[in-house]
This record gives sequence, C-alpha cells and structure tokens, in this order.
Amino acid sequence: MSGDGNAADQGPAHRYIELVFAGLMGLFAIAVVYGAWRAGIGWGFEGPKAGFFPFIMGAGLIGATAVNIWHGLQGSKSKIFADWDQLKQVGAVTLPIVVYIALIPYIGIYVASVLLIGYFMMKISDYGPVRTLIISIAVPFITFLVFERWFLVALPKGPLEAMFGY
Amino acid sequence: MIQSKRNSLLVAAAAVGVALSGTPAAAQWEPQRTVEIIVPAGTGGGADQMARAIQGIVAKHNLMKQSMIVVNKAGGAGSEGFLDVKGSAGNPHKLIITLSNLFTTPLGTNQNFSYKDFTPVAMLALDEFVLWVNSEKPYKNVKEFLEAAKKGGFKMAGTGSRQEDQIITAAIEKAAGVKFIYTPYRGGGEVAVQLVGNHADATVNNPIEAVAHWRGGKLRPLCVFDGKPLPYNEKIAGDLAWSSIPTCKSQGLDVEYLMLRGFFMSPGATPEQVKFYVDLFQKVRATPEWKDLMNNGAFNTTFMTGKEYVEWVSREHTRHLNLMKEAGFLSTN
Amino acid sequence: MAEFVNLFHGFATVLAFQDVNVFGMQMYLPFNVFIMVVGIVLGVIIGVLPGLGGANGVAILLPLTFSMQPTSAIILLSCIYWGALFGGAITSILFNIPGEPWSVATTFDGYPMAQQGRAGEALTAAFTSSFIGAFFAVVMITLLAPLVAAFALRFGAAEKFAVYFLAFASFIGLSKEPPFKTLAAMLIGFALATFGTDHMTGSLRLTFGSELLIPGFDFLIAVIGLFGIGEILLTMEEGLKFKGKEAKINLRIVLDTWKKLPQYWWTYLRSCIIGCWMGITPAGATPASFMSYGIAKRVSKNGKNFGNGEIEGVIAPETAAHAAGKAALLPMLALGVPGSPTAAVLLGGLLIWNLQPGPMLFIENKEFVWGLIASMYLGNVVGLIIVLTCVPMLAAILRIPFGIIAPVILMFCAVGAYTVRNSFFDVVMMLVFGILGYVLKKTNYPLAPLVLAMVLGDRAEEAFRQALVGSSGSMGVFFSNALVSSIMALGFIALFWSVISAAISRIRGVPATAS
Repeated sequence: MSGDGNAADQGPAHRYIELVFAGLMGLFAIAVVYGAWRAGIGWGFEGPKAGFFPFIMGAGLIGATAVNIWHGLQGSKSKIFADWDQLKQVGAVTLPIVVYIALIPYIGIYVASVLLIGYFMMKISDYGPVRTLIISIAVPFITFLVFERWFLVALPKGPLEAMFGY
Repeated sequence: MIQSKRNSLLVAAAAVGVALSGTPAAAQWEPQRTVEIIVPAGTGGGADQMARAIQGIVAKHNLMKQSMIVVNKAGGAGSEGFLDVKGSAGNPHKLIITLSNLFTTPLGTNQNFSYKDFTPVAMLALDEFVLWVNSEKPYKNVKEFLEAAKKGGFKMAGTGSRQEDQIITAAIEKAAGVKFIYTPYRGGGEVAVQLVGNHADATVNNPIEAVAHWRGGKLRPLCVFDGKPLPYNEKIAGDLAWSSIPTCKSQGLDVEYLMLRGFFMSPGATPEQVKFYVDLFQKVRATPEWKDLMNNGAFNTTFMTGKEYVEWVSREHTRHLNLMKEAGFLSTN
Repeated sequence: MAEFVNLFHGFATVLAFQDVNVFGMQMYLPFNVFIMVVGIVLGVIIGVLPGLGGANGVAILLPLTFSMQPTSAIILLSCIYWGALFGGAITSILFNIPGEPWSVATTFDGYPMAQQGRAGEALTAAFTSSFIGAFFAVVMITLLAPLVAAFALRFGAAEKFAVYFLAFASFIGLSKEPPFKTLAAMLIGFALATFGTDHMTGSLRLTFGSELLIPGFDFLIAVIGLFGIGEILLTMEEGLKFKGKEAKINLRIVLDTWKKLPQYWWTYLRSCIIGCWMGITPAGATPASFMSYGIAKRVSKNGKNFGNGEIEGVIAPETAAHAAGKAALLPMLALGVPGSPTAAVLLGGLLIWNLQPGPMLFIENKEFVWGLIASMYLGNVVGLIIVLTCVPMLAAILRIPFGIIAPVILMFCAVGAYTVRNSFFDVVMMLVFGILGYVLKKTNYPLAPLVLAMVLGDRAEEAFRQALVGSSGSMGVFFSNALVSSIMALGFIALFWSVISAAISRIRGVPATAS
C-alpha cells in the first residue's frame, strides 16, 4: 500500500483509526437497530412491519463490526494511517469545502464557488491574481447561465443574485 | 438550524416583496418568480401526471408570464411535500396538488400538518375508483366476485398502505363481509400490471391507470365507486364505454369513494393571489388538452373554489377520520 | 415478417424530408434526423453536468415538445435520454463520479484506466460497448416484442426478489478485501437505504424525529460523496495531481481501441444477454451492470486484474447497462410501467399526446411505435458518431491542472447534490459521505458492495415483503414455481461459487485456485 511510509514518518496509528472507525460503525448499527425497533419489527396488517428489514441489517452490522474490532485489535501497531504532512494536505482541502458548504445558504452557491475556485487557484496552486480572477468568476457565471437561464433549475442564491432580480 | 434561518430569511424576503408590490400593482397580483407545483407523490402517478399536464398546458398556451415547474416530494407518504409548503408561509409561488394523502397521511402517520394549514385554491377534478379483475377470471359481476372472494385468500393489490386503496378495500370488506390480503405497491401502473399478470385477484385502480389493459382485453371493470355512472359514452373496449360500468351501490356493494385532485397554496396567501391562480385554472380548464385529459382518465370534472371548496374538504376530512377509525388505520404512536 | 415491414415504415417516418422552419430559415431537410442530433448533443451535456440527470432534462424540455408531432417529440426526448446515458459514462471515467446509478460499475476499471493515461481508450470502449448493448436490445425488441411483454408479466414480487438476489449474489463474494469488512460495507448500504420513508407503505422509519431524514439518503448523494469528494481527498493526500496528463488525444486512439475490441466478443454477447434479461424482468440497468461486471471478473482470464484498469471491466457493465436500459423501454410501452424516473416522465409525455401506453399502443399507434423503434436504431448510430468525435476533447479535460479542475469538480458535486432534491441538507450529507469514503478506502472497506446495497436495497426489500404478505409469511413463496426456484438456485450457485469451484477442483485432484 502507498500509505506505508518509512520509520521516520510520523502519523496516527492505522490500528487506532481503524478501531475508532469500527466503533463509530457500531454506534451507527445500534442507532439503526433502535430506530427499527421503534418503527416495529413484527408482523402487521401490511405484512412485515417497516422496521423488520433494517432491524436485521442493523443486527448483522453489529455482528460484523464485532468481528472487525477483534481483527483490528490484532493488527500491527507500527503501521501508520497516513503521515502528518499528508493529513495536513487532506485538511487543507477539507476545511475550505466545509467553509464553502457553510456559506452556500447565505451567499448562494455561485458566489461561494467563486471564492472556492479562487482559494484553490491562489493557495493550493500558485496562479496569479489575473488568471485566478478570470477563471473563478467565469466558471460559476457560465454555470449560472446554464442552470438558471437555460434549464430553469433553481440553485441556492444569495443577496448578489437578488440585486439582479433573481 | 441553518435550514430554519434560511426559511426565515425567505419569509422576510417574501414579505418585503409583497409589501413592495402591494401598492403599485393593486389592480391585479401576478407571480414575480417561477411558480413551483409540489407533488406529494412519486413520478408517474395520477397527481404527477395531472401536474405535468397543467405545466404543459400553461406553457403551450402562454397562460402565465412566469414559468411553472413541477417538483416531486413524495417522502413519508407525501408529508415531505406538505411540510415544505406548510413551512413556506407567505411565499405565493408555491402550490401543492393534493390527493387523498392530505387526509390520510396526518391521520395515519401522526405527521404534524392538516388541511387547515393551507390556503385552499380550487378543486380541479375528482378521480374515480373502479373495481377491476383479470378478464380470464370467471366472475362477470360484483355478486359473483364477492361469492368467490368469500372463500378467502383473495389478494388485493393497491398503492401504499393506510391510504385510499386500502381504505376502499377495508370498506369493501366491511360492506360485504369478506376478507382480502392487501399488498401495497409503489404506484398505480405497477398495481395494474400485477393484476394483468395474475399476481393479484383484484384492484381498485383509477380509470387512467388501468384503461390501457381494459382496452387490451386483459382486465374487466366490475363497478365504479361513485354515486352515479360515469358520463363518458365513447366506446373503449368493444361495445363498452365508461358509462357502461354500473355503480357499486347498484350492485349491492354500498361503497362510495372519490379522490380530490385540487390545489392549495402555502399558508397566509392573500385573496388576490388566490384569485390569480383560480383564474389561471379556469383558463386551463377551457383548453382542449385538458378536456382530452379528463376524457382519458374518465375524471369527475366537478370544479369548486372558495367557501364551497373549504366545506367539501372539511366534510371529506371527517369522512376519512371515520373510515380510518373503523378500519383501525389511525396512527397509534 | 410483418415486423420488418413495420420497421421499414418506421425508418421512412424518421428519414422523411419536411419543410421546416429552423431559426427563422425555411428549409427542406429530414427534420427528425435534425432533431435527433440536437437531442443527443443536449443529452450529452445534460449527462455530463451533474444535477441535470436524464429525468430532469427530459422533464424540463417536455413542454417545449408539445407543439411538435408526437413522433418528432418522442424522438427528441428519447435522444436526449440516449445522449444522457452516453454522457453518464464520461464523468465516471474521467473523475470517478458516476452520474447515474448504472455507471457506478464503469468507474471500477474506467477511472484507473484514465489515471494510467488511457482515458481515450476507456471512453472509446465505453461508448462502443453502450452502442453494441443498445443495438442488441433494439434488435431483440424488433423481433420479439409480443413474446417479451408476455414474459415480463410472469414476474410477481417473489420473482423480482429472486432477480435482485441473483444480481447481488453474482457480484458479491469476489472482493479482495477481508470478508467481514465486505459484509459490513454491504450491511451499511442496506441500512442506509432504509432510512426515511418506507416506500412500500409510505410510513416513516429511522428518522429519529427529524424532518431532514424523511426523504432518506438518496443514492446519488452517497455516490457523489463517496466517489467524487473521496477521490479528491485521496488525491490531495498523494500530493496534488490527477495522473493522466500524458493521455493521447487524437482520433487514432478510437481506431486502435476498436482493433482490440473484437477479441472480447464473448464478453459482449454475455453482457448483452444479461442486460436484455435484466431489462425485461424488470430489474433494470443498475443490477444488470453490476451482475455483468461480477460475472466477467469471475470468468475472464484477466479477472485478477479487474479494478486496476482492465478494458474488459469497462466493456461488461456498459454493454449490459445499455442493453437493459433499452430493453426496459419495452415493458413501458407494452405495459405502461415506467422502469425509471426518466421513463416515468416520458410516460407523462405520451399521455399528453393522447398516446396510451399499453398493449393497444402497438396496434393502434403503429406509426408512432415503429417510428420510435427506428429512431432507436438511428439515434444510436448518430449518438456513437457524435460522442466518438468528442473523445479527444474529453480526454483533454484531464490536462487541466488540478488547482483548477478540483474546485470546479467540487462545485459540480455540490450542484449535483443540491439538485437531486433541492435540499441543502443533501449537500452537507455529500461532504459527510466524502469523508466517509476517504476513511473507508484507507481502512480497506470496499465501496462497491455498499453502493450496490444502497441501490438495490429498497427495491429488494419491497419485493421481499410483498412476496411475504402474499404468502402470509411463508418463505416457501421463493420456491413456489419453476421460474422463481430456478432463479433462486442460480443465485445460490453464484453466491457460493468460490466454495463450489474449489470443491470441484479438489474432487478432480487439481490444486484449488480461487477465482
């Protein structure tokens, strides 16, 4: 696997992440089982009730997760999940995406996209301000034309679009 | 949280819009944005077909300056659509086309909305229900069918559970003293095919859902769940027309059921706004395409607005409450 | 031979020259062919742009067609649909983002091929395979229409469940990942498919009192997140680049790829048959593509290399999906049951033109039905030519630097997620699925079974429960007649194939080779 670095690399242990993840999966399974039980898992006048099928799936998932946790406990302790530099890189895109999505309800998807493309071009790659400005405005603008004008698909819009009557 | 904030923003924006447009355009209100028709059911069903037909008619005859789009929000037996409209108070660009789930969903699933939450616009038509059997089966009328059904084990296929099809089934069971195994399917078209393929013994499909198979000689209508026979005399299958189907009551099965195909607006719509849409639907009703649609689906073309419509809706609500209480379909939790 | 006469008339209808007014100019041209080209180009655009799926595109354009002749109108709409199907493969191969459920299986080998600089080859193989699958299905419709419609009627709830079971069984059990992780991934998929509305009864479950969960998790949201966003995160971790800059971009790759394809004739034939069968039964294109991929992986001598950019892994699912997609139109026309949302919208159109789908359509509206079938032949050929000429252009998209293409993809992911149901919550869920996809991949959980379970989950559950209601709870219903029993038996054989083949090898004294 490409994740196997040499001993000098530092990062969270693969085993640790795997166990935490399996634990979360187990919690999800318990939620499913509980929800299914509330919806009814027996036989109603519509046949097997709505919770019947999810209950079996949730119960099965609890079982599979238990096995996976047991396997995980026996896993190698030295293997790392990814080194810190790599995780920093992943964080460097995840954070902007989170901000991007959080902004959509307030400033609309088009303006948010201008910011997202601009950020990627300036910070993650090294484009000059002129190219960045042109591309980051042009792409969302064309998208706007395609969706709002030609295909009449309404996407979230903010104050800027409202100023132009959309 | 974000969601609710956005909604309140929308409400504020809509309020400003109304306030601004109120003074100069006192003469007549008109939509300023694209009008959304919410369909609280899946694609391809009766309500969806009607909404899309109206969309087509409005576009073809240029009946409105703004365009109209159809959005399906079928989740939770339609509660997704109803809750969406309920939450868009003061937005005059949102209409919802209703079917019986306006009554059955809040009663059967404990979802928090009722017909009183919405601004009534107009009833465009009522959809009929017909008792269908496979034409290979020996029973030719309601009496013979019920005789055969008394032996037990008859399967009735229908759309959804605790909704109109199952309510009618329960009413037949009570009126005739028989018992069916009711199997819910997703949509009317699928239900009709189950009957054609002999995977079910009977259905209460709407005319439009089963007419093709009737004409193809695969299905046989036994009776219609209306007070009087259908008014359409055009020959459909051999010598038979919709008007040839007897009412169930005349055949000794005392069950009547009609389904609403009408429009409501989001809460808090002004009388001028309602008037605009009532006028719009009147224009739609005058087109030849609409008449074809009514003919094809053998609809009951009753049109109602205003007080009359409100009274009809509240009577229907009480009737559904009673029917569902008797059948044990009311939500328990 | 009445079919051939009818078909001939159909071609005549489609190719007829008409006086028409195009953009203000009076012209004499085969209007329906013109419409076909417009439809396919529009369709490809719609297919590539997430959020404008086939159903959406057709629904939006439906009102525009009301002033046309019914035959022209349905040709326009169905060509948009064919175009969108071709378009769906493009994003799967280039960006690992399947636009439609049935392009998921195409990503498994198509995307690795693009990463190795073989995007042009993968696209050519995908388009050609779609064409062949669709063509096979249309020929079958021409020859067997009445027979096929009768066969489709034999599928009740139990038979449908058996078909889903078979599709699942033939795909599962061949992943390289640890079996319990595969199982867990699959169960997560099934569980996710049950959230929100129980489609059979319309009642709610697993919503935990939240209105947001009422519509459940749409499959497309999960796929956009798991594959699209997940891929961008993985790419970032590996250091900022989509490999594939060295992709060849001329029309020669089309010819070079075509030279390779004939040797896979057996894969083609098998996939066509699987596709047609699944299209009629009517399980649909998605199970067909997964099943065809699964069987190809097991049967092929290059099976071990599947998932690492094997061209056969693109051929098998694409051929089957398109054979199924076209074959499924037959039940719609003959029985009036739409097999997909797009088909449902088309059905709405038919009704407005006063065409009642059903057995009588073939008798009363011959001109329309055979015009449509003829347009399927011609539309396919036109579509193939159009998309193949685009291959170099499409492959060139991969040369756009990551710094630009990544945020643009992210934007389209968000647009696509939002438009599925006009819900902002879905955009948030897309990100959640994206992070989930990244962690799943890093911790060795396979994504394919999860996706397959999510797609088939509710349909399979529905058929299972309907069958049980009908039998009052007896499991015997799944073995109650020859048809359902044989499909179930095939399913079990597929499920335990590795065990069975190992046993056979041992009996023969050959060293067991797990395939």
